[in-house]
Amino acid sequence: MDITRLIIVAVGGQGNLLASRVLAEAALLSDVPVRMSEIHGMAQRGGVVESAIVFGDAESTIISDGEADLLVGFEPSETLRALNKANSKTTVITNLSPLPPFTVAIGKGVYPDLNELQDLIRAKASKLIAFDAVALAKDAGNVLAVNMVLVGALIQTGILPLTVENVKETIRTKTKKAFTDMNLKAFDLGFSAAERA
Amino acid sequence: MHKLLTEQPGEKMILLGNEAIARGAVEAGVAFATTYPGTPSSEISLNLFQMSQESDLYFEYGTNEKVALEVAAGAANSGLRTMCMMKHVGLNVAADPLMTLAYVGVTGGMVILTADDPFMFSSQNEQDNRYYGKLSGLPVLEPSSVEEAKNMIVYAFDLSEKLQKPVIFRTTTRINHSTAVVTLGETKPRVTKGDFTKDPFHYVTVPAVSRGLHVTLLEKMAEAEKIAETCEYNFINGEGNWGIICNGVSYNYAVDAIKELDISDKAKILRIGFSFPMPKALITDFLKGCEKVLVIEEGEPFMEEAVKAFAQDAGLTISIKGKDDELFSRLYEFNPAMVRERIAKYFGAAYTPAVVPDLSDVPEIPQRPPNLCAGCSHRATFYAVKKAAEGMDTICPTDIGCYTLGFMPPLSMGDFVICMGSSVSTSCGFSKATDKKVISFIGDSTFFHSGITGLVNAVFNNHNFTLVILDNSITAMTGHQPNPGVNMDYFNLSGYGQVSIEELVKSLGVKHVTTVKPYRVKKSIAAIKEALDYQGVSVVISQEMCTLYAKSLKKLKARPFYVSDKCKNHRDCINEIACPAFYLEDEKVKIDPVSCVGCMVCAQICPENAILPLKSE
Repeated sequence: MDITRLIIVAVGGQGNLLASRVLAEAALLSDVPVRMSEIHGMAQRGGVVESAIVFGDAESTIISDGEADLLVGFEPSETLRALNKANSKTTVITNLSPLPPFTVAIGKGVYPDLNELQDLIRAKASKLIAFDAVALAKDAGNVLAVNMVLVGALIQTGILPLTVENVKETIRTKTKKAFTDMNLKAFDLGFSAAERA
Repeated sequence: MHKLLTEQPGEKMILLGNEAIARGAVEAGVAFATTYPGTPSSEISLNLFQMSQESDLYFEYGTNEKVALEVAAGAANSGLRTMCMMKHVGLNVAADPLMTLAYVGVTGGMVILTADDPFMFSSQNEQDNRYYGKLSGLPVLEPSSVEEAKNMIVYAFDLSEKLQKPVIFRTTTRINHSTAVVTLGETKPRVTKGDFTKDPFHYVTVPAVSRGLHVTLLEKMAEAEKIAETCEYNFINGEGNWGIICNGVSYNYAVDAIKELDISDKAKILRIGFSFPMPKALITDFLKGCEKVLVIEEGEPFMEEAVKAFAQDAGLTISIKGKDDELFSRLYEFNPAMVRERIAKYFGAAYTPAVVPDLSDVPEIPQRPPNLCAGCSHRATFYAVKKAAEGMDTICPTDIGCYTLGFMPPLSMGDFVICMGSSVSTSCGFSKATDKKVISFIGDSTFFHSGITGLVNAVFNNHNFTLVILDNSITAMTGHQPNPGVNMDYFNLSGYGQVSIEELVKSLGVKHVTTVKPYRVKKSIAAIKEALDYQGVSVVISQEMCTLYAKSLKKLKARPFYVSDKCKNHRDCINEIACPAFYLEDEKVKIDPVSCVGCMVCAQICPENAILPLKSE
């Protein structure tokens, strides 16, 4: 089976580990081989959390520079930082709602301009899907659903060997019951946002 | 029921490597488990801790790795299947019992798990613990994948019982923190009560006894090597006369590379999963069928050196390479593209490198280093110490925990750290060797782990420094594990003792001991100043529960603050304490009400008293 490589980057607390888990469970449900790797040592202390998910017949659980088919960033500056994982054929999805790192507040860095950031990504990747995922998560009921909004968007691209139905079924069975409706709504909102992009 | 206690052989589950390892231990019938938490091993013990609360599995968090291994050694020599897990540097702490436990051996199967951390994602060094196998004479097993890790743990227990020796199980971060589909196996019943048969001429390692035990150990090593020769975890894949010898995650990268380079008719792989003692006959045979050989292993040239020695013994002169300026480094971790490129280069295979985008026109992206949490009491303590020490020329040895992050500006509290407990003992050296004021920092769990002995040394040798114990009532960095100072009611568990740090420090003979509440800024500064002025060893215990932990226990109800119109933009708040709840908007300081917990430290230092509770607005 062909190999598809996905990188998800986020800031600690944005829920990308749950997003990765949902995708892996959906792969299991779909009989698609899946392996992933996470770096989350300091997640709760505001650091960057990166998941690499490899679908298909591969043994490796990490993804080298330039080899991601799909790059999803939960935070715009982190998407830009992870661009070394992309190549000219990569589809990039990014949330446009910034979470400036603390270094910006103490004057040790300047947050990139969002328009310039999108132009840069467009110039280097094959496609950019960019929208305010936090606003859609709020529409779904809670800012914490931003992870499911982005899962919806990445499924819409059709790049992953997963069906909408299997991912939704996984959201129903593997995320907290109290949040299921909200998560499904967030998924749909992200899916439509990617269609429009 | 805990998902890893499921009795459904054949069921497929998505598991984290560390969950798969814990499941493997359950399938092997592990009855007794001990640890000191350390990334990347921590989730193994977390899962065993949880399972122990709903089964007859015994689990305990030890005060340090040496203690944990010795506790486990007692149980394993009472016949129980025992597991002791730790991060790689933890095995340094446990090295003393390890070396002689290797002589004595075990009667119940015992697995010692060491989680190595190539690239140092969360460690102070990237030592290669396979050498502990060679050093101690104990067998070493290394899985390449999450699924294999589970099965190999079961094998490790069987091997240990067969040899009557502990087995070292070595993982790396990319095994511990990878996730994959795992098929559950059957679980062996746990034997939770054993017995110890006295045999002092075997178990009491006086020189005359140990001389005999060393002979037995060498015999066991020879027996282990024989087993390694035919072990299912040392296997050959593929055909051809290009030979690749690899272990651990390198195997995955090599398999993927051979497929992508389309050289499966030319290259074969010898995967070593039982890596000490190395299977000499198997390797020599493999070498004989190769025109050249590449050894792919992260870390040190552990296999490479053995392979080259075997080739020499067999009179083989083929090219064998591994660690080399042109090929593989001892540094950091490998990745699939790197391994693919080096295989192609060494064997001369056609290769199209991945096209990495040219990012030279991307502006510098502001760094996002990990930071002490909003409202973290460590920040308050560091600020108070900094104020109390104003005008003093200081050296601040620090230690291992969240508070190590205090070395970052603007707090800049932390000048030296090498290992757990080193803050206290290095302070003894710094204070004798210099004329500077030495102030050191250690957390509650690290103090219990290995700070106490340093403090006893300081009292005995009459040193002159101030030790600040940052007591946040939990082992925070590794994910909120208990330690001897923790009230176990918080875990809804009974039957535990609790050690008071203050009483302990006083009982060690420290004459100047103060306990402060770091959120009370002025009082803390005054008390710390007194401690700093004291000639001799003084200890300040700064006590406030970890905010993350307090939130999870619902013991902390956040009462956020805001910056009112009284603000005159002095920015003492940002410049001196740098809490991540602050941000700038139109050049004015704001407080994120979602992050702010209401510790009130910034409100107490604002020269305009401009920071006020949000609800009174």
